[in-house]
Amino acid sequence: MSPFFIITAVVTLLGAVFAMSLRNLVHCALAMAVAFSGVAAMFLQLDAQFAGFAEILVYVGAIAILIVFAILLTRSGETPEKSVLTSGWWAGIAVTAMVFTILGWAILSSSAVPKDLPAAPVATVKNIGDALMTKYVLPLEIIGLVLTAAMIGAVIIALKEDKKDNSGGEQ
Amino acid sequence: MLGEQIIKGMAVTAKNFFGSYVSKDRLTTVQYPEERLPQKYHTRQFPMLVFDGDPEKGLRCVACTICEKECPPKCIYIVKSKDKKPDYKGQPQLYPAVFDIDISVCMSCQICVEVCPFESIKMNTEFELSTDDRFEGLLFHKEQLAKSNEFYHQLHPDDAKDSDAVLAAEKAKAEAKAKAAAEAKIKAEAEAKAKAAAVAAAAPVGAPPANPPTPPPAAK
Amino acid sequence: MADKLDQIFVNVLHWLVSFLPEALRPLASALVCIAFILMVFPLIFSLTTIFERKGLGRIQNRYGPNRVGIPFTKIRLAGFGQFLPDGIKMLTKEDVVPRAADKVVHFLAPIVMLIPVLLTYSVLPFGKNMTLADYDAGLLFFLAVGGAVEVSVFMAGWSSRNKYSLLGAMRAIAQMVSYEIPLILSAVTVVMIVGSLNLSQIVAHQNQYTCGIAHWFVFTPWGLVGFLLFFIASLAESNRTPFDLPEAESEIIAGYFTEYSGFKFALFFLGEYLGMFAIIGLGITLFLGGWTSPVSFLTWIPSWIWFLTKMMAIVFVFIWIRGTLPRLRMDQLMNLAWKFMLPLALINILVAGIWHYMAADWQRWLVCSAIIFGAYVILGRGLMANQKLGLRVYKFAE
Repeated sequence: MSPFFIITAVVTLLGAVFAMSLRNLVHCALAMAVAFSGVAAMFLQLDAQFAGFAEILVYVGAIAILIVFAILLTRSGETPEKSVLTSGWWAGIAVTAMVFTILGWAILSSSAVPKDLPAAPVATVKNIGDALMTKYVLPLEIIGLVLTAAMIGAVIIALKEDKKDNSGGEQ
Repeated sequence: MLGEQIIKGMAVTAKNFFGSYVSKDRLTTVQYPEERLPQKYHTRQFPMLVFDGDPEKGLRCVACTICEKECPPKCIYIVKSKDKKPDYKGQPQLYPAVFDIDISVCMSCQICVEVCPFESIKMNTEFELSTDDRFEGLLFHKEQLAKSNEFYHQLHPDDAKDSDAVLAAEKAKAEAKAKAAAEAKIKAEAEAKAKAAAVAAAAPVGAPPANPPTPPPAAK
Repeated sequence: MADKLDQIFVNVLHWLVSFLPEALRPLASALVCIAFILMVFPLIFSLTTIFERKGLGRIQNRYGPNRVGIPFTKIRLAGFGQFLPDGIKMLTKEDVVPRAADKVVHFLAPIVMLIPVLLTYSVLPFGKNMTLADYDAGLLFFLAVGGAVEVSVFMAGWSSRNKYSLLGAMRAIAQMVSYEIPLILSAVTVVMIVGSLNLSQIVAHQNQYTCGIAHWFVFTPWGLVGFLLFFIASLAESNRTPFDLPEAESEIIAGYFTEYSGFKFALFFLGEYLGMFAIIGLGITLFLGGWTSPVSFLTWIPSWIWFLTKMMAIVFVFIWIRGTLPRLRMDQLMNLAWKFMLPLALINILVAGIWHYMAADWQRWLVCSAIIFGAYVILGRGLMANQKLGLRVYKFAE
């Protein structure tokens, strides 16, 4: 529990809490971006460089932007008048804590979790690349297909609105 | 092919860049306070009063106030003098005791120059007149406005020559008129004297005159 | 002797750090390097602003600033002291925050822009043994952190509560995201050939000489095209002409940083130029051999001087392009990214693969150059045929 881990954990948790509880929706999205970078910092602490950098590249650089665009394009971002927390929020926390305790005790004392963890694998970029190309090549190709399908779908959705309005406009 | 126009464009800009160090027409900036562009011939800025010889006695302006009346924004203020002084033709004329031009109002329309019958107000070309005094600094008095005829010749030689010619013609006309008037007067005097002598000779010596002889006209 | 000059900064760092006990040495060395980067690159930024103004002036047949030398004296260093009064001006201007603006986000946006940009300097090899943090995945770090700048652009545009700022921010984000793809794909070709994401190793791979000429990747067909794609994409990432629609003065006043003045504007300005230097530095590292010299008989010149020279040369080309090209409209910009540069980058990857697997003789030059040239011509024709020049067709006004 080095101090650096504590700081990173606090930042991540605060970011996540603010992402739920702030009133302005764009502030929530930005707090989520802070939470993502906290998670990336934790990956870096565990010496998983590739995971950490990929987290920043994908989550902060693309997904946060996507969420922000989605907020902007679908609502005008007014701040709600009353608080987002209902009046019985302390009861919710109590129930959550109870469920968490029970689940955690159940999982930790089950036989599915190994008691002695194996040595951490050397996760250099080269090893990740090798693994992606040999052991995990099928999931990689499927992910590629899914992404291509998503992109084509996005283009088709955008294209349909254009075709509906006019017959062959200038775009 | 895509991109070749970009390369051509970049070649043009490179020529401009390197040429600006070498040739003058690729760098046409004039560094203002140190270098100045020569002014065109017919530049005009604000009026000036022309004098011949002496700034007080040779001032051509006779305070006719035509320019004050014609000035569109009414920037000229003239107060006539109480006494008279002789002008270039030798005739006594009034002169301006106060002649103020407010150059913050003057719009350089040159109407005052066009209507002046005495060739006395002309346009000056000086424009570096900035001052930090908004009121007194931009009100030009007679002393500041008076510029010599030689200065006017330097400024606009052709115009100065023309106006000198006009003045010389006026002067010649006036002199000719004066000479003709003087000659006519002498002739009239001579005629009158001859007539008086003839009348005196025609009357008898002893007889009482029919009417007392009219006294000879007093020569004026 | 040349070697000593080459390693002078490293030696000075070791000497400075040796005054401290063993435990504090890594931290102290990192701090000294950070201080060094923070001193040198803003100085280069100031000089670049002057070079830009004077260079653009000469291209446009006028002098640039040429009077301010050393302030309060009459020494005119041909205008090179202009950055001092400019800096003081920016610092002393009133910091206007719009009344309806979101204060916290408005305040944080320039900081969020500046920090990722400064972080990217930590992986660039400025000279031999002169990398601040030699990560195994250094290139990935650079690209990841460089992508975090978009969040700050959005924050700046949205927090100003100004329609035009928001519009400029949206355009800027769309442009940055679109051009990141050709940027990354052209960097991927280098990674494929070298086999590592480590920037020092990429430079070391280019540090070999054949008949006097270095093995820079820009001297290969795929490397040349990759470098051109990277160059164009870095023009777009730094919002420079011809891609400066998000911040063009005649279009949208200043786009997403319209509502910023004084020191925050200075931070944005600084962040933009520092981002430009960082991405030029990456381009030099990937394609132009980093700190190596192009010919083998000039290796006695210190490595960091080579890096600086190459960086300033590319900065001058950026300035030259700024003085030459008109601005691209938003749809032309996007067409260029998605319809021209992306396919060309993908074909470039294919060609790099072919290059790697063919034997090292003249045939591979011919095949690779032919493929790339053919692709370029076809894509170029396609892009130019898409132009609809003629009378405008209106959607709603008929």
